Amino acid sequence: MTEIFGIPLLALAGQLLLGLVNGSFYALLSLGLAVIFGMLNIINFAHGAFYMMGAFAAWMLLDNFGIGYFGALVLAPILVGSVGVVVERLLLKRLYRLDHLYGLLLTFGLALILEGLFRNQFGVSGETYDVPEVLEGALNLGFMALPKYRVWVVGFSTLVCFSTWLIIEKTRLGAYLRAATENPQLTQAFGVNVPLMVMMTYGFGVGLAALAGVMAAPIFQVSPLMGSNLIIVVFAVVVIGGMGSILGAIVSGLALGVVEGLAKVYYPEASATVVFVIMAIVLILRPAGLFGREA
Amino acid sequence: MKTKKTVVPFALRSTVAALALTLGLGAAIPAQAQVSDGVVRIGVLTDMSGAYSDLAGPGAVIAANMAVEDFIARQKPGFKVEIVSADHQNKGDIASNKAREWFDRGQVDAVTELVSSTTALAVMKVAKEKNKIALITGAGSSRITNEDCNDVSVHWVYDTYATGNGTGKAVVKQGGKTWYFLTADYAFGQSLERDTTAVIEASGGKVLGSVRHPFPSTDLSSYLLKAQASGAQVIGLANAGADTINSIKQASEFGITPKQTLAGLLMFITDINSLGLKATQGMYLTEAFYWDMNPETRAWSKRFFARHKKMPTMVQAGLYSAITHYLEAVKAVNSDDTQKVMAQMKKAPINDFFARNGKIRDDGLMLHDMYLMQVKKPADSHYPWDYYNVRATIPAADAFQPLSQSRCPLVHK
Repeated sequence: MTEIFGIPLLALAGQLLLGLVNGSFYALLSLGLAVIFGMLNIINFAHGAFYMMGAFAAWMLLDNFGIGYFGALVLAPILVGSVGVVVERLLLKRLYRLDHLYGLLLTFGLALILEGLFRNQFGVSGETYDVPEVLEGALNLGFMALPKYRVWVVGFSTLVCFSTWLIIEKTRLGAYLRAATENPQLTQAFGVNVPLMVMMTYGFGVGLAALAGVMAAPIFQVSPLMGSNLIIVVFAVVVIGGMGSILGAIVSGLALGVVEGLAKVYYPEASATVVFVIMAIVLILRPAGLFGREA
Repeated sequence: MKTKKTVVPFALRSTVAALALTLGLGAAIPAQAQVSDGVVRIGVLTDMSGAYSDLAGPGAVIAANMAVEDFIARQKPGFKVEIVSADHQNKGDIASNKAREWFDRGQVDAVTELVSSTTALAVMKVAKEKNKIALITGAGSSRITNEDCNDVSVHWVYDTYATGNGTGKAVVKQGGKTWYFLTADYAFGQSLERDTTAVIEASGGKVLGSVRHPFPSTDLSSYLLKAQASGAQVIGLANAGADTINSIKQASEFGITPKQTLAGLLMFITDINSLGLKATQGMYLTEAFYWDMNPETRAWSKRFFARHKKMPTMVQAGLYSAITHYLEAVKAVNSDDTQKVMAQMKKAPINDFFARNGKIRDDGLMLHDMYLMQVKKPADSHYPWDYYNVRATIPAADAFQPLSQSRCPLVHK
């Protein structure tokens, strides 16, 4: 069998596929962060907590109301997104004129509070959410058994990511949004309701985090700490892609998932740090990130 | 109650008096009970909100309070007993600072619980320095009674040797001859892997390899695929908490189980409860306690459940046992003097719902039976928390590391 650096080619292919699955979570989460940062200039540290809430929302919908996975895929982002809207209205709105640091502190505090509340209610071991029946089982690829659910995750999240990119970059609504970021006063003067758009954008970004949470629920244990485990890596992904760059977030999310997958094959000890090493290199060579525009 | 009259040398008497004065309690020493300040204070230092708060945490504080209430109701002692508690956040420095503060200013006589080995090892040193007692229930490192042992600490519930040993032996006996380890890449995971490898090889099994994953990890599937490719019959999970939970969940997702068997080398009933029986059925694990073993364990656990809404882990049940034994010893010697109490604790056997004929060895290990459990199939579970079949009782002598292999300096004096 062909080998690359002592690893059979087929085993390597399997690991790369797994990397792609993780990469799609990174992409989905960093996309939400990029949308929020790009449009609102808020560094949303509560993103991990909203991701966790999405997973819990899916679990609660099933446990209390018998609403299954696909229902949750629609309902959970709406529910958690509305929480985001409330947060924006009550708290974030007051911070737009201030330094980035205030938004960061506020959302970081919010994340701690949300995680604390869930921990108090559910404990740290978390709850189990089963893979939906339609997607149970695995595809036999010859060299590995790839669970159908993971294929679905890659496919669906890529679809969501690119439609978001299309909406923002190619539609009239997206044009309004970009205009509102560029020059809010002028856009408002043209009769566009800027505060409403900003609010909906935050809600949408939070909804994306919740969507990622629902998709993660069958793979990872639904636990209050699941968001904080992931959020730091996702921030690194956003920085590598370029703060606020939609396409950068998507592409670097997928790419870093694959890089991490490679690290797990060749040198597992480094798999937790490889993303940060790349971040450091990118910051040295291209301070604005791979897809970012120089300010 | 008989009190022995002994002649106290003048120097000692004045020291005691001076000490009492500095504490501002000059007149408060009761003539009958020689418990300093009339109160026995026990500090429960545990993880109240982090990764181990389910298996110890608030439930441990409840167990501690139950132990005190039961002791007072049963013995009506001539001294008061108080429980204080604090969150050590699984950090060694926070734990040792808190313990120091309790010993220096809080008049705490014994510190207990101490889940996560880092905090236990740190607090043991403080206890030795201040000549106070440490009763360790939550931590698992075998270092506690080996390299780092001392004469004021007792290791009550389990250690990595006992849990790895019980499960490893049992699985090899069932025909699981070839193993592959999935190991959390830090001291605890490595010692668990090392202890279990020794057992497997001694019982005629073979270890094919291992992969070390960073701690903590959420996606363990690529390591699991390596384990799958090794073709080993058994995948040993030398990790704990969320890492173990995610390993098990993802192993079933990738169809690794039930073709290959998973062996959780350290698992608690709260892990099983959170994963559900569907994902865990058939797994072997070693526990010091299971709530549904006999009428006594059931009676106590149901009282605990009424307060905590969860059945007790071995750590929580063991904490009750440890505090009870400590208080009985204080009463027996009618003093909270560390050396006297420790001597009495080592002399008296431990017989309660948690341990039968338990005994504290010179290295500080509380020697008691362990139990090999197998997780039930969902169809065989008839009521909430009906999770285990008790497959074997591992007699105390086989369960723990023999004293002859001990690396504790106290043993070979």
